[in-house]
Amino acid sequence: MAELIKTVDLKKYFKLSKTEYLHAVDGVNLSIEKGRTLGVVGESGCGKSTLGRTMIGLNNATSGEIWFEGEDLLKLSASRRKAYRSKMQIIFQDPYSSLDPRMSVFQLIAEPLISNKVHKSKGELVDHVSYLMEKVGLDQRFINAYPHEMDGGRRQRVGIARALALNPEFIVCDEPVSALDVSIQAQIINLLMDMQEEMGLTYMFITHDLSVVRHMSDEIMVMYLGQCVEKAPAAELFRNPLHPYTKALLAAIPQPVIGEKMNKEIIRGEVSDPINPAPGCRFASRCKHCCPQCTQADVPLKKVENAHEVACVLYK
Amino acid sequence: MDHTTENMIENTEKILEVENLTAVYNTDAGVVHAVNGVSFSINKKETIGLVGETGAGKTTTALAIMQLLPERTGEVKSGSIRYRGDELLTKNKAEMRLIRGACISMIFQDPMTALNPLMTVGEQIYESLAIHNSNKTQKELEPRVDELLELVGIPARRKINYPHEFSGGMKQRIVIAIALACEPLLLIADEPTTALDVTIQAQVLNLMDELKQKLSTSMIMITHDLGVVAQTCDKVAVMYAGEIVEYGMLEEIFDPKRPHHPYTIGLFNAIPSLTGESRRLKPIDGLMPDPANLPEGCRFHPRCQECMERCKSGEIYQYENGTHKIKCNLMRKGENDGRAD
Repeated sequence: MAELIKTVDLKKYFKLSKTEYLHAVDGVNLSIEKGRTLGVVGESGCGKSTLGRTMIGLNNATSGEIWFEGEDLLKLSASRRKAYRSKMQIIFQDPYSSLDPRMSVFQLIAEPLISNKVHKSKGELVDHVSYLMEKVGLDQRFINAYPHEMDGGRRQRVGIARALALNPEFIVCDEPVSALDVSIQAQIINLLMDMQEEMGLTYMFITHDLSVVRHMSDEIMVMYLGQCVEKAPAAELFRNPLHPYTKALLAAIPQPVIGEKMNKEIIRGEVSDPINPAPGCRFASRCKHCCPQCTQADVPLKKVENAHEVACVLYK
Repeated sequence: MDHTTENMIENTEKILEVENLTAVYNTDAGVVHAVNGVSFSINKKETIGLVGETGAGKTTTALAIMQLLPERTGEVKSGSIRYRGDELLTKNKAEMRLIRGACISMIFQDPMTALNPLMTVGEQIYESLAIHNSNKTQKELEPRVDELLELVGIPARRKINYPHEFSGGMKQRIVIAIALACEPLLLIADEPTTALDVTIQAQVLNLMDELKQKLSTSMIMITHDLGVVAQTCDKVAVMYAGEIVEYGMLEEIFDPKRPHHPYTIGLFNAIPSLTGESRRLKPIDGLMPDPANLPEGCRFHPRCQECMERCKSGEIYQYENGTHKIKCNLMRKGENDGRAD
């Protein structure tokens, strides 16, 4: 199938001072086929949210290319780029802070429809809002409710309805379930998957929860300090993780099965600063396989098997 | 049981017994029934997991044990909490202050807010030592501060730093150091790793396990993560709407062949599996009931797929099989398969 969105060497640096740059996203190449889901995993501070926000234009990229439907979005004029905005949406992590507390559910869902002048009459607008509410499983009695009157799961449904309002093709899901309880989390995951099937949506699913990402994604990209360290089809990545960081990440998940005590090979240390990073593999300081080669030059992503790519000197 | 007899005797000393604990919050909107008749006990060196979703009453149970419920609203209505046979509920504030920190201490959920941003971490560890060792001078206690920091894997020279100079995982280690300063016999950990990344979570859980062995501490582990429970606990209490709906040894709760409470089954089904191939999750329908307005009968009945007429009111059957207890009418008939119809 045809790819819907692609990035080439995408970079986003935040300037901290005259000499210091925070390398949030540092040369990411990815492509997502239409109707598929790319899962992006990594620990806090690895740049996964910045990547998502940069792709849909909430952050201005420092350099690189973002191809969407055959056009490089970063080269378009502001007005032409705006036309693409409605096709790319985002669902935010925290439904407690991403909704305006002073707007009712109706106002929240109608906002994108009003600002894009989709409907001519109020009647059409009301119909569209109730249609969206029904679609995301929100009872009509909530139409005049305010966010504080609803629980986290329903709030997240409002967030999803807002993202779906303009019939987008690509949705960045930025940790949409991590603020929710497990039973509610499962409801939202099912809803997102139903929507994808029904509307042929393409997702980029950002999360730190590996079991959720395995469930949702076709392909998974593992990020560490702004760079992609491994990319593979979901089942393959879990069956055969190659990069030492991916291995450590998988080993660290506590399994709800007794007897399988946690792997004692826990990686030491913590994620280092993404400010003016030294060349070479960024995981080197925590890696037990670290050799001089790792810190000499940047380690590029290499194809090991079909569609399985890894950035590590251990694999040639 | 692979313990030696000697170990068995030592380990059956009851550190904490909670019986029929009922706690409420008196708010403007009405009485919130947060904990409704919870009973459990912890032996020496044992870890019990309190599992459940937001609003299940896990944290309120912990705060009631520590007597840290908000003074104006929170209230323990009835029940008994005994620490090594000694009733805690009749103790006055001064007596409780001697117990808190020295005998029972608590690790809070969010290390970002649990530390005082205006004190160095060394001072914060020293503070809890000084309160319980008033006969000793600062000079005598200072080596202990260093020792505690090293114990949780932080170089002692960093005691002069403030909390904001540490990462989340390190802050949680400092909170653990403070909690362990006086070598309490019971540690209450309220979602100690929820705010942390998985690799850091693994480090912190490992550290807690090591320290537990070293200091023979008993622990109450409050969490919503069944994975964490499987890795750390000996006993499990599954809580729903302020009640323990299922209670048993870890092996009993995680054994799929045994009968279980429908809520426990729902909790397990709602987690996406890392190994299975199911494409669709089976969430528990509906929402946690409003604790100010709990349903009659079984609190879970509006969400339960196996709900029967008699679940909607009256007393609910309490199944008991050795240490395994389930509060559910389905257990009434057929003790083995647990199905009524």
